[in-house]
Amino acid sequence: MHIPDGYLGPYTYIAFWIIMIPIWYYAGKKLNTELKSRQVPLLALSAAFSFVIMMFNVPIPGGSTGHAVGGAIIGIVLGPWAGVIAISVTLVLQALMFGDGGITAIAANCFNMGVVIPFVGYYIYKLISGNSDIMSSKRVIASAIAGWCSLTIAAFCAGVEFGIQPILHHTADGTPLYMPYSLNVTVPAMVMEHALGFSILEAVITAVIFAYIQKTDASLFYGEKSEAQKDKVKKAVTA
Amino acid sequence: MEKIIRNLSIGLIILMIFAPLGLLAVGETFGEWGPEEIKEKLGIVPPGLEEFSDLWSAPMPDYDFAGGSESMTMSSVAYILSAVVGVVICGGLLYFIGKKAAKN
Repeated sequence: MHIPDGYLGPYTYIAFWIIMIPIWYYAGKKLNTELKSRQVPLLALSAAFSFVIMMFNVPIPGGSTGHAVGGAIIGIVLGPWAGVIAISVTLVLQALMFGDGGITAIAANCFNMGVVIPFVGYYIYKLISGNSDIMSSKRVIASAIAGWCSLTIAAFCAGVEFGIQPILHHTADGTPLYMPYSLNVTVPAMVMEHALGFSILEAVITAVIFAYIQKTDASLFYGEKSEAQKDKVKKAVTA
Repeated sequence: MEKIIRNLSIGLIILMIFAPLGLLAVGETFGEWGPEEIKEKLGIVPPGLEEFSDLWSAPMPDYDFAGGSESMTMSSVAYILSAVVGVVICGGLLYFIGKKAAKN
């Protein structure tokens, strides 16, 4: 899902820089107010983990390859704003050092993978979990669904960004200047290959790590501030 | 907490060692074709795409040593090295940022 240079025309990539700069700024502010010292090693690990996960290219029938991102679990454990920072740093390094994703497209890629994935992941997880016990298996399933939805929706966003290029940028005779395929090709292609392939991997990764942290120290989860949940965590730890 | 960090770190190291498995997936990724691949598909290369495609020369393009490695072994070594670079820089940067940001 790393959009290279030359696929998005200036209208699109400039628009994403304008969108992302305040998001990065606000994410930094949120990190300042929300991050606890004991979460710092986990934050560092999460970016490293995301980097390596994205190197695992998986083939799917039809000859395409892709990868998971690990962004949903980062959003669920550390919060979506921490996810923005961790994944953005990873994507910038991938673009500058390894040519994975374009320089002009950094902001668009950070939006798709660094904003959409942790936010969709976190809110879908919260929505399905509701008031269920922090230790419940319902939450493991919620995390898996969150993983699947987050990567699929991010793929949809990338598909739309690709598909609007022939409309936005073409020569007088209609030759596309940037991404040549239109929405009716790019959206189904991006969504289908993720929905049936890479998003399933994202779901598994999310659920496995979720279940592990839930079992080991559920007090780490972001946003579990209610007294009832704190009691349940305490009971689970002392049991 | 230490246990979680330790075990997740072990998991991460195992992933890094097995990272070259990601090289086995030959095939194109949708929307990440080079200009040559687009030419094969469409017969033409969109002019803007061609112009922008080599805007930036990354020091280790495609997680490989510059120029592309000859053998699978060398590619695998380069791939693992890329994983190490990524882990050290991403982890290090976030640790630094986190330490600065964390309140208590």
